[in-house]
Amino acid sequence: MGLRNTEATGVLGWFDQRFPLLKVWNEHLAQYYAPKNFNFWYFFGSLAMLVLVLQIVTGIFLTMNYKPDAELAFASVEYIMRDVEWGWLMRYMHSTGASMFFVVIYMHMFRGLMYGSYRKPRELIWVFGMVIYVALMAEAFMGYLLPWGQMSYWGAQVIISLFGAIPYVGEEIALWIRGDFVIADATLNRFFAFHVIAVPLVLVMLVFLHIVALHAVGSNNPEGIEIKDGPKGNRWSDTAPKDGIPFHPYYSVKDIVGVVVFLMIFSAIMFFVPEMGGWFLEKDNFVPADPLKTPEHIVPLWYFTAFYAILRAVPDKFLGVMAMFGAIIVLFLLPWLDRSPVKSIRYKGMISKITLAIFVVTFVVLSWLGTQPATPTATMFARIFSVLYFSFFLLMPFYSKMDKTKPVPERLPEH
Amino acid sequence: MKKMMKKINILLLVILPTFAFASGGGAHLDHAPVDVTDHESLKRGAKLFMNYCLSCHSAKFMRYKRMADDLGMEDSEVLENLVYTGAKIHDTMDIAMSDADAAAWFGTTPPDLSVISRSRGADWLYTYLRGFYVDKSRPMGVNNIVFKDVGMPHVLEGLQGKQYLQEEKVNMAYGGEKVTEKLVADGSGSMTPEEYDKAVGDLVNFLVYVGEPAKAYRETLGWYVLAFLLILLVLSYRLKKEYWKDVH
Repeated sequence: MGLRNTEATGVLGWFDQRFPLLKVWNEHLAQYYAPKNFNFWYFFGSLAMLVLVLQIVTGIFLTMNYKPDAELAFASVEYIMRDVEWGWLMRYMHSTGASMFFVVIYMHMFRGLMYGSYRKPRELIWVFGMVIYVALMAEAFMGYLLPWGQMSYWGAQVIISLFGAIPYVGEEIALWIRGDFVIADATLNRFFAFHVIAVPLVLVMLVFLHIVALHAVGSNNPEGIEIKDGPKGNRWSDTAPKDGIPFHPYYSVKDIVGVVVFLMIFSAIMFFVPEMGGWFLEKDNFVPADPLKTPEHIVPLWYFTAFYAILRAVPDKFLGVMAMFGAIIVLFLLPWLDRSPVKSIRYKGMISKITLAIFVVTFVVLSWLGTQPATPTATMFARIFSVLYFSFFLLMPFYSKMDKTKPVPERLPEH
Repeated sequence: MKKMMKKINILLLVILPTFAFASGGGAHLDHAPVDVTDHESLKRGAKLFMNYCLSCHSAKFMRYKRMADDLGMEDSEVLENLVYTGAKIHDTMDIAMSDADAAAWFGTTPPDLSVISRSRGADWLYTYLRGFYVDKSRPMGVNNIVFKDVGMPHVLEGLQGKQYLQEEKVNMAYGGEKVTEKLVADGSGSMTPEEYDKAVGDLVNFLVYVGEPAKAYRETLGWYVLAFLLILLVLSYRLKKEYWKDVH
């Protein structure tokens, strides 16, 4: 009859004969064997998916009342905040979600850095993840223009004018992106289209690829030990890794705890300090965009400021742009820069531990410097820390190889 | 552990003022007494706002009806006592003056005040409205300590009276002296300085409310949501423990 064989009966059976329902469920949840030693840092993957869904759902509700028109955009956001039932909640959830998305993603990436989750055989997972990160930056950048406040306007003006630094064709490219000689209605319309359709579609597809790749090779863990290389056979299956446990129900119930804690932090911000002291919603963005009035101090939101600091640290505009993009591109290369014989920081030596610590400090300091006016002292520090930022990556092939490592056991240590 | 917390606290105490300084970047701002759940204060603020602000400034995103509902006022009460523009109850707080006229008369268009509390901050507004002083060189005869060469006249002068900026020499502890500036009122207004501060406090409170009418409800709702999540946390944590019993 051409129907699929299935043990399931009834309604589920009817569907399973026509669609690999149980197969997908088992391969990705009930019989996906994850290492049993996931710690705190492993909450952020599922949290990133949660925030993605939250952004899409709140975004849909916002588009129902938002007007992508330079004359109406600012007023329509205030209309959502005042006259639309629960509009303020949707808007704050979306604005808080944007910043929290980056918090979660940065934690998720740091986890990868610590435990060597980008190493063979997970290079492609890391690369997909990096493309997600870049897409997310594009999404956030274009979304920030939509409220059409002063910071929306001038932030976009500054960033897009950077393309003008490309020799010969720069100005043409900047003009092409804006669709006008300055940020204008045409820019707002196209950014809206990208923000609500193009980039979210790409993001969802990339997340799908990220997870398919992950489930093909299996999850890493804080020890950096491949459970698939260890002995086989556990309570659930004779062929599954001995140190693995089914993702569902073990990690699904565990992730729920993470989700609830995250939602508590999220709610505390959203209900009590939605502006987060100007870090999530900038004061100047409550002033409608005015092409004739440049704000004293143009600053991107906090999640971009590390790269903004690198941009400003370089005296030449074009080279600065190169450095800024280079700072992101170098992250893509990480799987091939790390030459350490071990994956996890737990088995790496002092050099790797210190360099990782310096890198974290560097990223935080650069992020902070990017929010400050570029005084000579601030610029000097931005230069020092920019060099440190690149050194972490470019010197990695040498120090990761030199570093003294500890022997890695074959199985996860009992704990 | 306690010792460490103490050390961190001390460190924070040392660092925090530098943050405040770094973000202030101007004159010292006085702390505004904001409480958007204080309806009486908001009503007094609304009265001042309608009388003194809403002829040059609009609040075009704010509806009279919303204010009536939020502050527990009857529609008729609002229309009789607070609407001077002939607006209907569902209208927004708009003004008759055109932007072009305003620009001609004041040199600049008075900004819409719907979200002014969110762009300027309550403390800035509180200091600004108490910071006008006589300056003959300005077209309106006044200047302001937090907004230099402001185009706005001191519309509350009838209440506060005139203020003058006086230089004050302060003897420093280590010798030498520092010249600071301070505002001195001439007492010609209808209010005492305390009454005036309180009135401006009410007005700023109202502006904060207008900046985000949902603020009071948002904060109330926040506690319910957190309480719900706390219960959910206990349940989900126990569920996790139960499932994980056989793993550890």
